[in-house]
Amino acid sequence: MTKSERFFEAMPTRRDILIGAGAAAGLVFAPHGVLATTEMRDEVLRKLTNGAPVKDERVTLTIPGIAENGLSVYTTVAVESPMTEADHVRAIYILSEKNPIAHLMTFHLGPRAGRAKVSTNIRLAASQQVTALVEMSDGTFWRDRKDVVVTIAACIDGG
Amino acid sequence: MSPGPHSGLSPSDGRSLRTRPLNPSSRKPEGLSGIQSPVSKHFAESVGEWVPALRPGRRRLCCFGFSPLAQGEGKQHRTAFASFQFAAGIILSLTALAVPSDAKPLPSGTTFLSDNLKAQQADEAANPGMLWVSEGAQLWEQPAGGANKSCASCHGKAEASMKGVATRYPAVNDETGKLLNLEGRINLCRTENQKAEPYAYESDELLSLTAFVARQSLGMPMNVNVTGKAAPFYEAGKAFFHQRQGQLNLSCAQCHVDNAGRRLRGDTISHALPNGYPAYRLEWQSLGSLHRRLRSCSFGVRAIQFDYGSQEYLNLELYLAKRAEGVAIETPAIRK
Amino acid sequence: MALAPARVSMPKEAKKGEIIDIKALIRHPMETGYRVDSVGQPIPRYIIQRFTVTYSGVEVFRMDMTQGVAANPFIAFSTVATGTGELVFKWEDNRGEVVTVTKKLTVTG
Repeated sequence: MTKSERFFEAMPTRRDILIGAGAAAGLVFAPHGVLATTEMRDEVLRKLTNGAPVKDERVTLTIPGIAENGLSVYTTVAVESPMTEADHVRAIYILSEKNPIAHLMTFHLGPRAGRAKVSTNIRLAASQQVTALVEMSDGTFWRDRKDVVVTIAACIDGG
Repeated sequence: MSPGPHSGLSPSDGRSLRTRPLNPSSRKPEGLSGIQSPVSKHFAESVGEWVPALRPGRRRLCCFGFSPLAQGEGKQHRTAFASFQFAAGIILSLTALAVPSDAKPLPSGTTFLSDNLKAQQADEAANPGMLWVSEGAQLWEQPAGGANKSCASCHGKAEASMKGVATRYPAVNDETGKLLNLEGRINLCRTENQKAEPYAYESDELLSLTAFVARQSLGMPMNVNVTGKAAPFYEAGKAFFHQRQGQLNLSCAQCHVDNAGRRLRGDTISHALPNGYPAYRLEWQSLGSLHRRLRSCSFGVRAIQFDYGSQEYLNLELYLAKRAEGVAIETPAIRK
Repeated sequence: MALAPARVSMPKEAKKGEIIDIKALIRHPMETGYRVDSVGQPIPRYIIQRFTVTYSGVEVFRMDMTQGVAANPFIAFSTVATGTGELVFKWEDNRGEVVTVTKKLTVTG
């Protein structure tokens, strides 16, 4: 291998730099025009949970199985929680594995919410699994995941 | 719904882009002035308009079960079908005259939405189109123009004065003899009464005011007048609706009458009713006028896109409004 | 900025301790930053980044948004009617624009 070949071999790829920089900035995102991957979504999950285990219980993510238009997909997250000062939902994170960014939004709740249920319209760039990750006041993490088929994409193809 | 680069049809694959006629009665020779059998033409009209809902989503009298775009249908099928149609046309024309004119209204486009979108449309707090209606409510109170009058100055509370108005538009303006849709009527008020500049088509202000005015007729059945001065505009709109257009050589009727209720890729073909316009279309991520939608339709068959507010689309709007007779106004509807 | 950029739907009155449902809708294109215009120039990202709700001065709800939220964002959430007061709904976008809507809640019992 020549000296210059070795130099280029050792250089991190553009994606590595972006992910590294992004991770340092607290974000994980794909360069313009590139979609996120399941690994990036997992990376975001790891950062948010700080490596804590995530249980697939208590959370219900309601989202259509087939989204008519990825530009607006009605999504509801409900969590079984007494929502008291001692035991409540602190945050709900919506994660994507195929959008240009993996971390789509965060709902910050608390005992004043009364009920842990939120709804909004999200954008989906491709058919994918959507994750609702929930952080409780005791530091535990819970989630629900649903697969959505997206017929018309958001974010790509000028949409 | 417009065919994109992945429509599967290209000049290079050897197949003609010209589709087989969906219904031989609407087949015409090249050019706009093709001669059509008077019986089959009457058949198309009588069945198409008088009895549209008897077989929702089905082709009229289709007994052969072939797909509308199937290639290579035998010539004998078409001939047999045509003569069957001739006989049926006579019988149906006669029975059509006997059918009372209060035929069942066509189903609104809302019928073809998912439950989620239906719920969002019905919920005033969630329907994004209501953001424009709120804006319209504000504009209604704003004085404008040389006369420094607001809509409210003359019309008072819109809930009372504008109730039922949208059900009657498009309508012919008695003074000018022009056909006006709701947008045109609002602009006429702007220029004549408020002495202000007319709003540009598709501007926020015009969309908001039109949606606000139409909203005052929520739930009321559409009921336009197509007689008297309106008749020539109506006839022109009807002709346009049945006219094959564009590179794909399709008429509105071929999809929205012959194949309403059937699926076109991921969508269900509606009856092309304007009862929900101005509507919030997910594709636009915004509220938009009927003419914007019609331009998308024209684009979809690779035909000329006429201007916003053009006579062609106004005529068509009148025809579509007549087709929607009895269908409740749903402005602002949510559409895909 | 539109004349009426936001709509908030919530009851005017509630009993003490009752959980009330709130729906908030705001006019915003939520431009993703991935699109290019008709001459190929990228359209810059223009999105609401934060939505906060304060109830008598105390924050009771917050939502961090990205371009992954649909245009004209709709949010449905709830809060406990603790006492009569004003709820202030605030949306902030990445251009520093702020929209606020204030609603009064009367709490009985």
